[in-house]
Amino acid sequence: MKLKDIIEKMDLKVLSGQDKLECDVTGGYTSDLLSDVIANSKEGNLWITLQTHQNIIAVAKLKDLAGIIIINNREPDEDTLTKAKEENVPVLCSQEMAFVVSGKLYKLASS
Amino acid sequence: MLKPFKADLHIHTCLSPCTELDMSPKRILTSAQEKKVDILAICDHNSTENSKAVIHAAKGTEIKIIPGMEVTSQEEVHILALFDDIEKALKLQDYVYQHLPGKNDEDVFGMQVIVNENEEVLGFCDKLLIGATTIPLENIIRTIHSFDGISIASHIDRQAFSIISQLGFIPENLELDAVEISTHLTIEEAEKTFQTRYPFTRSSDAHYPEDIGKGFTTFLLEESTMGEIKKALKSEDGRKIIH
Repeated sequence: MKLKDIIEKMDLKVLSGQDKLECDVTGGYTSDLLSDVIANSKEGNLWITLQTHQNIIAVAKLKDLAGIIIINNREPDEDTLTKAKEENVPVLCSQEMAFVVSGKLYKLASS
Repeated sequence: MLKPFKADLHIHTCLSPCTELDMSPKRILTSAQEKKVDILAICDHNSTENSKAVIHAAKGTEIKIIPGMEVTSQEEVHILALFDDIEKALKLQDYVYQHLPGKNDEDVFGMQVIVNENEEVLGFCDKLLIGATTIPLENIIRTIHSFDGISIASHIDRQAFSIISQLGFIPENLELDAVEISTHLTIEEAEKTFQTRYPFTRSSDAHYPEDIGKGFTTFLLEESTMGEIKKALKSEDGRKIIH
């Protein structure tokens, strides 16, 4: 499934990486421990987290993730957004909590 | 003249909800004396309300007490803040309290006992000390430095609440003064395991009196002051960490 379709169906706000929205998403990974994401996420995963620290961009880049969904209406830190734009990593925002976002993405990914 | 000082720069008191009443100022000092610890830093979670009692209780002993705190950042990273003066530690506490949501539930998390140097209970802190502040890590470090304190990333080898567990790696451009390791490894082992430009300290993170001094850092200093420790962390004027 393409990232842009997920964005549309899940009503996500796109903050960066606008030209990467044609990418294929291979699945989702939900975690707030960046060490865990480094160890267990897979290439092309869409990462669901509440962390807003700039290290999330480096982790997404390192693991070739499709993008990051920041949940619960949280705003990324300013330097996080600057880095996301520099590195061209899609940062998306959702008003909903991780459980709901994960459920919706799971449904979309398995349909 | 420079000489070695044994420092345990991370212990809790009965103020932290995860400790018991036996972490009282006198018990802490007795245990530190038995372990021949020269310098102790009081680092309760998100509060420094018991630092003063331990400082007063240590009067007349050889032990130097450093007032401090273990602050939980927005990312749930634990950061030690150490000060040369209780007033500065209290300033950080004000800032932390303004950004620490929630109230403690004693039945769930434990009591947060404020004591004096005579082991008398003065009251209970009702803040949710076990919780996280809403302050980003970088701002905590900046604030600690603005009050002349030093900031040390807690137990970076641990799987919980460490800068590496929470953030995957130590962010570049962070102005940490040191990184701390737990008693599970030696400083020599840590130097091989973690690639970092920061000096290592090793502490007990004691929650029980018998654990005080189980982890320690040996500093080569002229006297047991924060100014000297700051120099040692930067390896200035012959002051240094000798492990």
